[in-house]
Amino acid sequence: MTAYLKLDHIDKVFTRGNSSTEVLKDINLTVDKGEYISIIGHSGCGKSTLLNIVAGLTTATQGGVLLENREVNEPGPDRAVVFQNHSLLPWLTVYDNVKLGVDKVFARTKSRAERDEWVLYNLNLVQMTHAKDKRPSEISGGMKQRVGIARALAMEPKVLLLDEPFGALDALTRAHLQDSVMALHQKLGNTIMMITHDVDEAVLLSDRIVMMTNGPSARIGEVLDVPLARPRKRLELASNATYLKCRQRVLEFLYERHRFVEAA
Amino acid sequence: MNMPVLQTSIAASAPIESTGASVVSLPTVKPSYLTTRIVPKLKNAAANVLPPIIMLALILGVWQLLCMKPGATLPAPTKIWAEAKDLILDPFFVAGPQDIGLGWRVLVSLQRVAIGYGLAGIIGIMLGTIIGQSVWAMRGLDPIFQVLRTISPLAWLPISLAAFRDSQPSAIFVIFITSVWPIIINTAVGIRNIPQDYRNVAAVVRLNHLEFFWKIMIPSAAPYIFTGLRIGIGLSWLAIVAAEMLTGGVGIGFFIWDAWNSSRLSDIVVALVYIGMIGFILDRIVAFVANIVTRGTAAS
Ligand SMILES: Nc1ncnc2c1ncn2[C@@H]1O[C@H](COP(=O)(O)OP(=O)(O)O)[C@@H](O)[C@H]1O
Ligand SMILES: [Mg+2]
Repeated sequence: MTAYLKLDHIDKVFTRGNSSTEVLKDINLTVDKGEYISIIGHSGCGKSTLLNIVAGLTTATQGGVLLENREVNEPGPDRAVVFQNHSLLPWLTVYDNVKLGVDKVFARTKSRAERDEWVLYNLNLVQMTHAKDKRPSEISGGMKQRVGIARALAMEPKVLLLDEPFGALDALTRAHLQDSVMALHQKLGNTIMMITHDVDEAVLLSDRIVMMTNGPSARIGEVLDVPLARPRKRLELASNATYLKCRQRVLEFLYERHRFVEAA
Repeated sequence: MNMPVLQTSIAASAPIESTGASVVSLPTVKPSYLTTRIVPKLKNAAANVLPPIIMLALILGVWQLLCMKPGATLPAPTKIWAEAKDLILDPFFVAGPQDIGLGWRVLVSLQRVAIGYGLAGIIGIMLGTIIGQSVWAMRGLDPIFQVLRTISPLAWLPISLAAFRDSQPSAIFVIFITSVWPIIINTAVGIRNIPQDYRNVAAVVRLNHLEFFWKIMIPSAAPYIFTGLRIGIGLSWLAIVAAEMLTGGVGIGFFIWDAWNSSRLSDIVVALVYIGMIGFILDRIVAFVANIVTRGTAAS
């Protein structure tokens, strides 16, 4: 059986002048279609770098990324990214931000009216239709992130890449958005790769959690299966033994075996 | 800000008065329109308009006192009024081929500025866009532009004449060369400062070069471009007097030169006031356009 998405022996070395740092070392990972994978690790270990390599925004020094057995080494809408700081274009309305991608991706396959409908459909998925004519500066942080998700979903990506999508949000908004993403995953069956540094978020959302060791030369330390049935309910899970065990396992990895060393 | 709220509360209270017989306190509603709407408005207007008027009166008074003495070298305001009343009161009179109101002269000058500044805008934005994309072009050219930008319009005159050998294109060139530098520099800085995030979005969506230029570069750099355009319009209006020394004719710049040659100091003062006001209006127009175009961009 061949994997849907495969990260094959990825190394990444950043060279600045004559000093070079190895950020990632021998990263191997396979992701199945429809799977929800989280990558967790301490700040600065190279999570964003890894995601950017999958997105094609950064090139790996060694190794490569295979999507459906084909090597990908430049960015494209089949690997749409939801950026941590939303990255909506401030001069475009919510609608036009989503439309930008839709117009490019479906330029030949959808008519103008169909594209318009598709934009509205995706805005509706994230419950943002009401703000479609607003500019990003006029909506809240959580709403911006929703629009960012709609923009990515609207490109019908093969893999959806999320870089700490809820990191900048308050706890309530974050919980609300996590539920939305979970519902969308349930409904659409996307393959999702999400970066996070929040243990509860990782356990709640993921099928598998990839734990990274501290940099430099970060590796995949451990991969944890989360055998919880879907749909998952945040309140019920709070006392679920499996949930607690998974949570415990990740916490141990992060705070005992790979404690963040300030001096590093 | 609170005007619409007040308006609705007034509108809402009106039908109650007509239908409800139980409403007693009618007299207290009536004066509220005057006190809540007219008076604050007047106060606001007074706070903005009165200080400049008072200052202007003070300056004119001091000027009058200083220049009233018999041996004074410059005309006092009263003398200017007496000598140049027609210029002040009627901007659009026509009393002969060379004897026309300052309004007409300003229009002629504005036409010249429009051409010179228009060229500076187009070429400045184009060059700035190209330069902003290359670190080396930026490093190499920025110091040169920073030096060129400080050269006075007057200093460009001889060069310009030597190059074009004709007064009309020379004048336009002087306006152009004075105002183009800040437009180039600011555009280039704006292009340099396009956030990596926007480039990433463009890359994921796979915008081609042309789409990237129109959909990302120009809007993202727009606040910078308009800063350059705003400095540029000020400079090109500054250059008009220098430019029109070359062309002669009926422009406001040449009018000053001509008035100086025939010792009509009062006329010069009136023309200066015109130039100042037009410059102010031009600046406001560009600022206004900038506000509309870059709405939302700055506040991200
Ligand atoms: N463009 C770059 N040039 C040099 N070093 C970089 C670059 N991008 C990231 N790094 C370094 O790589 C390491 C990992 O960064 P990043 O992937 O952003 O970490 P994380 O997302 O896990 O917090 C950091 O030490 C950072 O300084
Ligand atoms: Mg990161």
